[in-house]
Amino acid sequence: MIPILLIIILAIIMVVMALVAIHHKNLQVAVVASGIISLFASVIYVFLAAPDVAITEASIGSALTVGIFFYVLNKIRHEDSAN
Amino acid sequence: MKIARTSFLIVVVLALAWMFFQLFMHYDSREGLNPVARYYAEQGPDETGAANLVTSVVVTYRGLDTLGEVTILFLTAAIIGILLRTERGSRLKPVRENSEFLTTASRILIPVIALFGVYIFLNGHLTPGGGFQGGAVLASSFILLLMAFTGRRMGHRILDFTESISGFSFVLIALLGVVLAAGFLDNSILPPGRFGTLFSAGAIPLIYSLIGLKVGAELSNIILELNQIQGRDDEPGS
Repeated sequence: MIPILLIIILAIIMVVMALVAIHHKNLQVAVVASGIISLFASVIYVFLAAPDVAITEASIGSALTVGIFFYVLNKIRHEDSAN
Repeated sequence: MKIARTSFLIVVVLALAWMFFQLFMHYDSREGLNPVARYYAEQGPDETGAANLVTSVVVTYRGLDTLGEVTILFLTAAIIGILLRTERGSRLKPVRENSEFLTTASRILIPVIALFGVYIFLNGHLTPGGGFQGGAVLASSFILLLMAFTGRRMGHRILDFTESISGFSFVLIALLGVVLAAGFLDNSILPPGRFGTLFSAGAIPLIYSLIGLKVGAELSNIILELNQIQGRDDEPGS
């Protein structure tokens, strides 16, 4: 029963990462933590025999969303330093 | 006042807990598929010719929903474009040069990632994945392109062109299904081909490739808008 054990470990890491994403002071760390949640969720989807959903989650959740968040963070920081 | 609010919250939480407990206790998992799912699983490969069952549902049986999803994505991209596009033709100030590692690795990785995205949506009817996934992978290679080569100016025109042509062709193929075959988005307007090969499943590979191009162009357009507004703010005097 290695997959079930692995899924439980991944789920625990995901919960920890969610707490990090909520409570961390540094926003960049929070964005990366939310990306890690998506990455591990896609691994779990593969184990649950849903490869289509896994590809979507990996590419959108952990690549595109993190990229867009970083662009927006950069923009906000520019406005803060301008004011 | 505060006590009343707190007690109200506690009552709500207790009611929710009771509800979910009842749901959990009376839940019995179904042994087999429900009738609709069983029909798709048994008749899908014969009717559509797609080896990937998910694709046959997404593109053919529930093709209208897919058209709706593509429309929602198009509206999102258009609204972001309207909100972020302030002035046309403003030049990007060349930001500081990226590290040699990033540019060199990007030169190798970007074509590979883009090729993988195209592979995903071309083989959508055979292997897991499809238009949306392939388009997202294409857009992630575009993010890498924008991050690695910052100074270069990218045009909207080719993205807009790709997006409108593929969206138009998607609807056109769907309408051809009404004329030539059983109905809207019927995939049997093209010969079914041999099961499991690249040119099989009628119009599914064509439709999914168009969806992939459209999704990739839309997501890339969103990223390009965000990138350009950031570049504009870097300009001195703005």
